Amino acid sequence: MALSPGVHILLYEGSGASPLGSERRFGILTSLLDLGYSVSRTGIGACLSPEEDTLLVLGDFGGAAPVLEDAGGKVQITAKNIAGLDAVAVSSLVEGERGEKPMNQPGRWKPWFPVIDYSRCTNCMQCLSFCLFDVYGVSKEGKLQVQNNDNCKTNCPACSRVCPEVAIMFPKYSGGPINGEPVSDADVNREKMKVDISALLGGDIYNRLRERSEAAKSRFSKERDSGKALAERKKCLTKLASDGFIPADVLENLPSPEEIQRRAADAAAKAQAALAAAGA
Amino acid sequence: MSSPAETPRILYCRCAYAQVVPQETKDAVLRHLSEGGAAFDSVADLCEMSARRDPRLKTIAAGGPLKIAACHRRAVQWLFHSAEAPLNGESVDIVNMRTLSPAEACARLDAPDISPT
Ligand code: SF4
Ligand code: SF4
Repeated sequence: MALSPGVHILLYEGSGASPLGSERRFGILTSLLDLGYSVSRTGIGACLSPEEDTLLVLGDFGGAAPVLEDAGGKVQITAKNIAGLDAVAVSSLVEGERGEKPMNQPGRWKPWFPVIDYSRCTNCMQCLSFCLFDVYGVSKEGKLQVQNNDNCKTNCPACSRVCPEVAIMFPKYSGGPINGEPVSDADVNREKMKVDISALLGGDIYNRLRERSEAAKSRFSKERDSGKALAERKKCLTKLASDGFIPADVLENLPSPEEIQRRAADAAAKAQAALAAAGA
Repeated sequence: MSSPAETPRILYCRCAYAQVVPQETKDAVLRHLSEGGAAFDSVADLCEMSARRDPRLKTIAAGGPLKIAACHRRAVQWLFHSAEAPLNGESVDIVNMRTLSPAEACARLDAPDISPT
């Protein structure tokens, strides 16, 4: 999701502006943050000075808002007088000022992607071989990297389960250590066991998933009572989802078996090339 | 524990796009910051900023002692790293609103020193 940073907001309460009052300030802050804006508040000490942004300065200015200019010429600054406006009115003023500038908004895209803890990662490339969606790649220096985070399937933390070092986090996941909680020895042993189990099953988790998903589909086609069949398929997928931490909608939308095989071979080749280059 | 001469700046993450931080804690912390006299920065969602490598993360990371009210330390530290804005572990205190009570989180933000661990 390549969106520009949009508009940075500064709640100004310094000289030339009146204090906003604590309830009003809190209301404005929450409503702007919940719309997806970044907001700085002036006071004792320093706050962020954005370098390549549009800066919108909001304050209870006695009369007209001052005309402001960035001495460096990089930031476009606009000041607005919000005297008498409540949080809802301030939000609509800000939305109007943003105009067509693209911005993510809550509900549109959940930032879900793997984050690597490089203090744990051993560059084994198991995650790269596992992911079918090209999320992982290799840096110029031969290091594992998350390169296409937009390709990651929302709410699917499956690759974190194949990492033997518990180095893959999804900060928005519910449980630890995937969410970034400290990693315990027990976590490391559990993850190692999972990889061994997948090796025992043929080393290809996707094949296993596909077979089970195909079995569910064929049961579906043989069933006369489609309602019952649907319930059965859902049961199957729910079991898979609870087994493997993979959301049912991701399983339902896996590519065809041929495509899975092609992508798995591509990913494995990429991982092998990276490992060979690192060993060279 | 270090006591830098410079007052740490404060960054608050709202976790607006998934809300893994308890609502009560993030509201209480924001209210506390809003009622205090210190300047602070607040962002809708650090994960989202990291995903699109928002240049503001670099400015934040390079700006000296810092307290970040967000979630687990490991997650926040590597989110900045993946946006090519590594944090200086010694001068950054990450206040975990996912596990601390509102009172504990506010006290950590008010403390003048940095507790890196
Ligand atoms: S599986 Fe884990 S340790 Fe191996 S390269 Fe991926 S993140 Fe690093
Ligand atoms: S850094 Fe933590 S608190 Fe902030 S948006 Fe990400 S998961 Fe939420």
